[in-house]
Amino acid sequence: MKRVITTFALAAAFGLTAAAASAQTLNTVKSRGILNCGSNAGLAGFGLPDAQGNWTGLDVDYCRAIAAAIFDDPTKVKFVPLTAKDRFTSLQSGDVDVLVRNTTWTSSRDTSLGLNFTGVNYYDGQGFMVRKSLKVNSALELNDAAVCVQQGTTTELNLADYFRANKMKLKTVTFASADETTKAYDAGRCDAFTTDASGLYSERLRLAKPDDHVVLPEIISKEPLGPSVRHGDDQWFDIVKWVHFALINAEEMGITKANVNEMLKSENPDVKRLLGTEGAYGEQLGLTKDWAVRIIKHVGNYGEIFERNVGQGSPLKIARGLNALWTKGGLQYAPPVR
Amino acid sequence: MSVAQESIRDAGPPKVSPIRDPKVRAIAYQALLCLIVAFLVYAAARNAIVNLERAHIASGFGFWDVTAGFDISQTLIEYSAQASTYGTAFWVGLLNTLLVSVIGIVLATILGFLVGVARLSRNLLVVRIAAGYVEVIRNLPLLLQLLFWYNAVLKALPDLRSSYDIGGSIFLNNRGLFFPSPIFHSGGKLLVGALIVALVGSIAFRIWAHKRQERTGQQAPVLWVTLALFIGLPLLVLLSGELSVAFSYPEKGRFNIRGGVEVLPEFVALLLGLVAYTAAFISEVVRAGILAVSKGQTEAANALGLRQGPTLRLVVIPQAMRVIIPPLTSQYLNLTKNSSLAVAVGYPDLVQVFTGTVLNQTGQAVEVVAITMAVYLTISLVTSFAMNVFNSRMAIVER
Amino acid sequence: MSEPTPTTEAEVRTELASMDPEHGVAYVRDVPVESLPPPAGETGALAWLRRNFFATPLDSALSIGVILLILWVVPPIIKFTLIDAVWTGTDREACLVTAARPEVGACWAFVDERLAYFVYGSYPIPERWRVDVFFAMLAIGVFWLLRLSAPRRDLGAFYFFVILPVASYILLKGFPAIGLPTVDTSLWGGILVTIVVATVGIVCSLPIGILLALGRRSRMPAVKLFSVIYIEFVRGVPLITVLFMASVMLPLFVPEAWSPDKLLRALVGIAMFASAYMAEVVRAGLQAIPKGQYEGAMAVGLGYWQMMRLIILPQALKITVPNIVNTYIGLFKDTTLVFIVGIFDLLKTIEAARIDPKWATPVTSTTGYVFAAIFYIIFCYGMSRYAKNIEARLARADRR
Repeated sequence: MKRVITTFALAAAFGLTAAAASAQTLNTVKSRGILNCGSNAGLAGFGLPDAQGNWTGLDVDYCRAIAAAIFDDPTKVKFVPLTAKDRFTSLQSGDVDVLVRNTTWTSSRDTSLGLNFTGVNYYDGQGFMVRKSLKVNSALELNDAAVCVQQGTTTELNLADYFRANKMKLKTVTFASADETTKAYDAGRCDAFTTDASGLYSERLRLAKPDDHVVLPEIISKEPLGPSVRHGDDQWFDIVKWVHFALINAEEMGITKANVNEMLKSENPDVKRLLGTEGAYGEQLGLTKDWAVRIIKHVGNYGEIFERNVGQGSPLKIARGLNALWTKGGLQYAPPVR
Repeated sequence: MSVAQESIRDAGPPKVSPIRDPKVRAIAYQALLCLIVAFLVYAAARNAIVNLERAHIASGFGFWDVTAGFDISQTLIEYSAQASTYGTAFWVGLLNTLLVSVIGIVLATILGFLVGVARLSRNLLVVRIAAGYVEVIRNLPLLLQLLFWYNAVLKALPDLRSSYDIGGSIFLNNRGLFFPSPIFHSGGKLLVGALIVALVGSIAFRIWAHKRQERTGQQAPVLWVTLALFIGLPLLVLLSGELSVAFSYPEKGRFNIRGGVEVLPEFVALLLGLVAYTAAFISEVVRAGILAVSKGQTEAANALGLRQGPTLRLVVIPQAMRVIIPPLTSQYLNLTKNSSLAVAVGYPDLVQVFTGTVLNQTGQAVEVVAITMAVYLTISLVTSFAMNVFNSRMAIVER
Repeated sequence: MSEPTPTTEAEVRTELASMDPEHGVAYVRDVPVESLPPPAGETGALAWLRRNFFATPLDSALSIGVILLILWVVPPIIKFTLIDAVWTGTDREACLVTAARPEVGACWAFVDERLAYFVYGSYPIPERWRVDVFFAMLAIGVFWLLRLSAPRRDLGAFYFFVILPVASYILLKGFPAIGLPTVDTSLWGGILVTIVVATVGIVCSLPIGILLALGRRSRMPAVKLFSVIYIEFVRGVPLITVLFMASVMLPLFVPEAWSPDKLLRALVGIAMFASAYMAEVVRAGLQAIPKGQYEGAMAVGLGYWQMMRLIILPQALKITVPNIVNTYIGLFKDTTLVFIVGIFDLLKTIEAARIDPKWATPVTSTTGYVFAAIFYIIFCYGMSRYAKNIEARLARADRR
C-alpha cells in the first residue's frame, strides 16, 4: 500500500511541474519525429485505412503534406482514427496536433470549442440520398420522412432547421457512427439518409445495391470542410494554413509532382518565391526554404490530390464544382507568397 | 519481592516508542492518505483548468439553457428542436432511460422467474432447454446481442408498404409498432379517480382480510375483490356516460405513419436484448434462492396438509425471497446501467442524447460526463437504499 | 373376510390340511410365486419418457411446446450456418442469391478472407509473428496458473503478473534497441486488442481489488471511507461512462505533455472498473474466513501484512476462485464496450469489415456476428466450466 502511495505522490508531483510549461506544437512534433493527425477512419475519399493499414483520402493527403513540409517525409504521420464524437476533445487534449477530418467550419467551433480553422480544403454542402423506388425528385417532397443522421454533427442541426424552414415534419433517427447510420438506412429503417454531399457519394458505394439509390439535387447548407488546430499556438496555425495555400498556389502556377524539379529553374517570380529559390519565406514560417517543394514533390498539388482521391481518378467521381480554382469558376483561392 | 511487585503495578501499559505504537501509526497513515488524495484531486483540477484555458474551451453549466436545435426520435415530454434547450434534452434522455429500464425490469423478472423455476422442473426437456438458454445468453457479450437483435428486428419486419395491418388501426413494420392512443375529452379525471379508489380499496381490503385471517382463521377472496374493484369501478364510470373518449388513430402517410402511439424498433431491440440477458442472470438467482430453502420446509408443509400451490406461495417463496432480493437488486441495477448500451442501436437514452449529441454540440466533456455519472449514481444509491429497507422488512424476525 | 386370515406358513399349512382331512393335502405350493413384472407403464423407455416428460397434462403440454420450439429454432440455424453456407469465394459475388442458388446461408468465405484482419487488426504484416508469440506466452501463463497440478505455481504467478506484462509490452509495442520496430497502438486491432484489454483488466484488477477489499475492511476510518467511495462510485455507474471519462476527461486531468495514448486510456478505464468489482468479490471471501483465523494469527504474533499474506488471503482467495473467474467472464464480455470509444476490438473490426462494399451482401452482417458469437462462447464457456470444476473440487474438499 505504502509503495503504491509513494508512486502516486511522485507521479502527481511530476504532473504539476509539467503542467506549468506549455509546449510549442512545432517543436513537440519535431522532437517526437512524427505528426499526429486526427483522421476519419471510415469515409472513402477523405480518410480510410485498408486492411493493411494504408491510409488514403483527401484529408489524409493533407496530413502527409504537413509532414512533408516539416520532415521532408510524408510517411512521418501517425493517423489517429477519430469519430465525429471524439474528434474535438482529442484535438483539445493534445492527442493530435492537427485535425483533418472533414470538419465543418462554424463560428461556435472556432470560438467556444477552442479551435482555429486554417482554411477550406473542400467546399461541401449537405444533401439527401433516397431510394429510387420512392420516386422522390426533390428534398422538398420529404415531408414526414424518417431520416437517418449521424449524431454530433452539424448535419443533425441543419436537418432540423431545413425541415422547419420548409414547414415539413421530420422523424430523425440518430446513430453514433457513420457505419451504423449507413447500415440502418440500408436496412430500410429510414426513407432518407443525409450527410455532406461528398459523404453521400462515398457512403453510397457501401450500400448493398448502390444503383437503387439516388442523391437529391438540393444542397441545404454550407459545409466548408477544413483542417483545424488548437487555439494558442499561432506559429503552428500559420504552418497548417500555409500548407493549404501552398497546395492551391502550386496548382494555380501549374507546378505538379512531376514537374516540380524543373520548375525550380523557373524565372517566374511567383514560382520562385513559392519554391524558395528566392526570399526566405519558409524560414519565416519556422520551416525550411524548400518547404513547398517538399510538399509538392511528395503529395502533389491540390488538383492532383483532389482528382486522385475524390475526382475522376477515384471511384467517387465527384466534379470539381465549387472546389475548382478561382480562375476556373470555383472558390479555391490562396493569398500570394511574398 | 514486594518492591518488585509495586514497580510492576505502577508501570501500567508497557511504554513503546510512538513510531511503534499502532494507534499513532494508524493516524499517520490516514493523514498521509488524506493528503495524497487531496493532492491528487487538486492536481487533477488544476490540470483541468490549465488545459481548458489553454484550449479556450468554455466551461460551466451555461449550456443548460441554450437551444438544442436537434431532434430526438422518442420524447416522453414536450420537446422540439427549435424551442427546447439542452436541459430539456437531458430530461428527455433520462426519461427514455427510465422507461426502458422499468419495462425491462418487469419483463426480465417475469421471464427470469419462469426460467429459474423451469430449471427445477421434473420435466427433463424443460430443464435442459432452460439451462441451454442460460448458458448461451450468459456467455455472449450484451453488446453483440443488442447488435444482433437490432439487425434481426429490422430484418424480420416488413417495410411500410407491406406492413402488417390489424383492422386499419394497428400497424407493424420496420418503422415500429403503431396503435391508437386514447384521448379523453371529458371524464378522464373521473377514470383516474376510479382507478385510485380501486387501488386504495383493494389494499385496504387486503389488510383487513389479513387481520381477520390472523384473528379468526377465515379466508377472504382477496383476488376476486381486487379484480372486481379494478374492473367494476372504471366500468361504472363508463356506464355513467360522463366519459367521452376519442382515439387518435395512426395514419399511413407517404413515408411514415403519424398519430397514435409509436414503439420504435430501436426500443424493441434494446428491450429484447436487455430482458433476454438479465433474465438469464435472474433465473440463476431465483434457482439458487429456491434451492437454499431446505427440503424439510416443503415436507413439513405437505405434512400439514398444504397443497402444492400454497406450499410454494406461503412457505418456499417467502423464505427464498430473503436469499433472492439482494442479488436481484444488483441485477436490476445492472439492467439500468446496461441500458446505456442504447448508444449502439440508436435508441435515444441518456447516454445517447446527452453524452452523445449534447457533449458534441457543446464540447463540454467534463460537465456532461460528470452529470451523466451523477445521474446513474443517484439511481443506484436510491435503488440500493429502497431495497435495503425492503430487505430489512423481509429479514427473519428473531424471537 | 369373516375368518381370521392366516399369517404364517405353518398356519397356512394347518389350515390347508384342515380343509379336507380325507384327501389329505390337495395342493401345497412350496416354490414362491414369481413376482410379477411392474406394470408396463412404470419401466422401460416409455415409462422413463412418461415420468420425465409427460407426468402431468401440464408437463405434456410443456414438453410438446419445447419440442416445437426446438424444431422451430434449431433446423434454421443448422441450415444457415452449415447446409446453405458458402465456404469459398473471393468477393460478394460468391454470397449473392442467384437463380442457381436461391438460398444463401452464412458467408464463411468472407470470414476466411478477413480472418487475419479479425485477429491482428492493421498490425503490420511482417511483424505479426510478434502477436503470435504473445498469444503463445499468454497461453503458457494461463495453463500454468489454471492447472492445479502444475509444478511451481508460485513461479507461474510471478510469470503471469510480472514477467508477462513487461515482455508483452516490449514485444507488441516494440523496442527499437533490440531490433523490434515500434508498432503504434492505433494499428492494433481485432482479437489481439480484445485479448490485451481483457488481460490487462485481469492482471490489474486482482491486486488493486485485494487492496481495496482490505481497505474497505480496515479499521482506519479514512482508509475505509476512500475505499468505500471508490468502490461504490465505480459500481454505481455504467462501464460506458467510465470509458467516456477515461477517454475524454483523463487527458484533461493530466498535464498536456503526458497525453496518454487512446488504447491506454481505455485500459485505465477497464482496470478501474474491474478492480471495483473484484474488490467486492474478494471482500466476500474475506468475510467468509472465521474470526478464529484472525485471532490465531495475531496470537502467534504476526503483523497485519504477515497475517494477510500468510493466513487470511490464501484461504480467502481459494474459496473465491469461482467468483473471481466469473468476474473475469464478465470482464471479458465487457471488453466489447471499448468499441464505443473507437478502439478496434474484435467486434469493431467485424463492424468495419461488414460494411465493406466488397462483401456487401444480405448475409454478411449475420455471418460476422455468428463468428463473434462463436469466439466469445468458446472463451466464456471454457472459463465458466473451469469455475464450476473448481467449485466442485472445493465442495469435495469441504466434505473431507
